[in-house]
Amino acid sequence: MQAILFDDVTLVLAGRTVLADVTFAIGDSEFVGVLGPNGAGKTTLMRAVLGLVAPERGRIRVLDRPVAAGNARIGYMPQSRSAVAGLRLSGGDFVAGAAGGHRWGLPVPSAADRQEVQWALAMVGATELAKRPLAQTSGGERQRLLLAQALLGRPRLLLLDEPLISLDPHHQREVVELVRRLQQELGIAVLFSAHEINPLLGVLDRVLYLGNGQAAIGRVDEVITGPVLSRLYGTAIDVVQLNGRIFVMSGDYDMEHDEHRHDHGHA
Amino acid sequence: MLDYDFMRHAFAAATIVAVVSGLVGYFLVLRGQTFAGHALAHVGFTGATGAVLIGIPPLWGLVLLTVAAGVGMGFLGERIGERDVAIGIVLAFSLGLGLLFLHFFTAYATQVTALLFGNVLGVDVATLWTMLGLGVLCLAGLGVIARPLLFASLQPELAEAKGVSLRLVSVLFLAAVALATAECAQIVGVLLVFTLMVGPAAAAQQLATRLGSGLLLSVALAIAEAWLGIALAYWTDWPTSFWITALSAGAYLAASRKARGSAPRPRQGPSSLHPLT
Ligand SMILES: Nc1ncnc2c1ncn2[C@@H]1O[C@H](COP(=O)(O)OP(=O)(O)O)[C@@H](O)[C@H]1O
Ligand SMILES: [Mg+2]
Repeated sequence: MQAILFDDVTLVLAGRTVLADVTFAIGDSEFVGVLGPNGAGKTTLMRAVLGLVAPERGRIRVLDRPVAAGNARIGYMPQSRSAVAGLRLSGGDFVAGAAGGHRWGLPVPSAADRQEVQWALAMVGATELAKRPLAQTSGGERQRLLLAQALLGRPRLLLLDEPLISLDPHHQREVVELVRRLQQELGIAVLFSAHEINPLLGVLDRVLYLGNGQAAIGRVDEVITGPVLSRLYGTAIDVVQLNGRIFVMSGDYDMEHDEHRHDHGHA
Repeated sequence: MLDYDFMRHAFAAATIVAVVSGLVGYFLVLRGQTFAGHALAHVGFTGATGAVLIGIPPLWGLVLLTVAAGVGMGFLGERIGERDVAIGIVLAFSLGLGLLFLHFFTAYATQVTALLFGNVLGVDVATLWTMLGLGVLCLAGLGVIARPLLFASLQPELAEAKGVSLRLVSVLFLAAVALATAECAQIVGVLLVFTLMVGPAAAAQQLATRLGSGLLLSVALAIAEAWLGIALAYWTDWPTSFWITALSAGAYLAASRKARGSAPRPRQGPSSLHPLT
């Protein structure tokens, strides 16, 4: 089974081509990192998989079916989520708000919904912290609640849009390891977008790097190379390895770090 | 106090309005759309005065125009609640237009005051039944959309991905807000709708950590503020709307203080530089 197939896909937003004639396939239990500079199209790509952005040209298949909106087999953690951080609503009620939330009627969870919420919270180790108000959770704890929310309905494919944004390196590593464990325990496919490769080193099966409307997919050592990234960034790029970390440099400018230094928490 | 018909009507009307605005207001605050509620009330003033001008009951003008404006806002976009300047200008213009209608009608100042600041002691039986009908309609609508509305309020992108139409939910919700606004204006007037729609709900969200208890607390606070406001007005002869605004502000401030008091202390504040010993 294939989790995602993009066949010569062109995505256009408001007259601007975000991805042009992109082709790739992702297996049903792969952990794939989606990388690329700000505005490269990571979020747009995920919204296309969700059926919220229709391709201008080409064909998208998701979990062996043509792409369709409202697919219950996809779990999604959207990128902009700062609004909920100040709520006094408990984390558990926040997660439960998404359980069967597309059905009309009163927001009273059924027994099955409640069970599903308990399962999802347990999967991410958030059973206890779900009793606390959201306003009293840390960024890393909130990320775990959002992950639980994405797991509701037992998806076969998980789309996580920049889960590491505004987390310190220690919490970044925790989130990455949690996602890797979930991905392997549940045997599902995961698309994990990030603007920096280092927190994901060693856990990714493959990386999908976006830039300049194009995409490159492969193992980290195949994709994160000078020639490939020079093509994606449209400028001469050197890839430097230092102490097990990778730096993507244009001259003496660090593309992955400097670019994002000022936009933490930004949608 | 309850020997008088007008007092019994006042308490009944206040109860209807408090239940409706406590519930609708909870979602309005959760969505950060309180300004939209405020704007709808101002549009209602135009509707009410326009209705007087063409000779239909002001309540119907109020309802028709607020619902039309609510639906329009919902269609115009999810984020219109944040377009402060645009809404502010439309809102001021609605009041101005309402004033013009009144000018043509050469209405008495008391009618203007009643529209702007409410006249809960002037509710007759017919109005009471109309309010009950509108309230039931509003809450029935809210009951149908409550689940996707909560989902869309907490996690709009995820809700959209799961097949919730954000626009449809937004349009239906703003229509419910418009009905609640029209009801609320009967008690506290178009200028003070905020006090019953937003005050109790915001206070409840500062205190309750569960959805169910938050909704109940919001309704309970709204009822308590409205009843106490009427009773205090009866004893002091000061305007009801004044007392309701005062109670609403008091409850909100007390709730905020309590919420802040129970928040965990920051681990490293400036005070740690100046140990007490
Ligand atoms: N709603 C929109 N309308 C028009 N253009 C958009 C919209 N959302 C994003 N874009 C543009 O599409 C491009 C891709 O954006 P996005 O997918 O958010 O990139 P990333 O997630 O990689 O930062 C950007 O150039 C952005 O400015
Ligand atoms: Mg993005």
